[in-house]
Amino acid sequence: MFVSVGLVCALFVFWILMSGYFTPFLLAAGLGSAIAITWFAHRMEVADREGQPLHLTPQAMSYTPWLLKEIVKAALGVSRIILDPRLPVSPTLARFRPSQQSTVGLVTHANSITLTPGTITVEAQHDEFLVHGLTREGALGTVDSEMDARVHRFEGGA
Amino acid sequence: MSATDALSALLLAAGSVFCMIGALGLLRMPDFFTRMHAASVTDTLGAGLILLGLMVQAGLTLITVKLIAIGVLIFFTSPAATHALARAALARGVKPLLAGDEVTSSKK
Repeated sequence: MFVSVGLVCALFVFWILMSGYFTPFLLAAGLGSAIAITWFAHRMEVADREGQPLHLTPQAMSYTPWLLKEIVKAALGVSRIILDPRLPVSPTLARFRPSQQSTVGLVTHANSITLTPGTITVEAQHDEFLVHGLTREGALGTVDSEMDARVHRFEGGA
Repeated sequence: MSATDALSALLLAAGSVFCMIGALGLLRMPDFFTRMHAASVTDTLGAGLILLGLMVQAGLTLITVKLIAIGVLIFFTSPAATHALARAALARGVKPLLAGDEVTSSKK
């Protein structure tokens, strides 16, 4: 129920923001579409806590700014490497066990690593991540990292 | 030129510079995987700063909301695409150029 109401609200707000028209007909059409889509999502069995992790919104509010800061730092680091005439790269693979339990947590962790320039998640499984790092330090930095701990807290772990 | 124009021009110029750094990296890097790292500078800082510059231009309007939506879309789709590309390359036998041994976790 929480998922359905949340999904209808989110879709309706999305409709309003994308349209920018506030005539009764268009607002009613938007609400109708939001309800219809939610019904379809139920029939397709994709309306669940994994597809719409709305319960994680408060945690996302604190995790996202930290992630954006890390992305900017890493992007500047990679830019410095590109502009360095010696091109100081030391590509390295890192293999480690992520501490997340839920699928949402694992995907968030894998996506965060890939979003951060200089590291790419090549394999993401429940018990093992394979990460390619542009530098050895970068690859080492993803093993049992602060990001891992933060995503673990984000998904509701201890 | 007003202050908002100047700020947005600065952001747009900075974003363009990072896009060019990404392109330069794409040319300079030695192999497939390291090139992907260079490309990620373009779709994080490059795209982010350009979107920010456009938002300053648009002000507090629905256009800014749509620009934020574009940003969120890039934020969620670009790592998925990057991951799929890297995984496909490895699965099809593209050997990454490596500087040293694989690093593993101390706790297992």
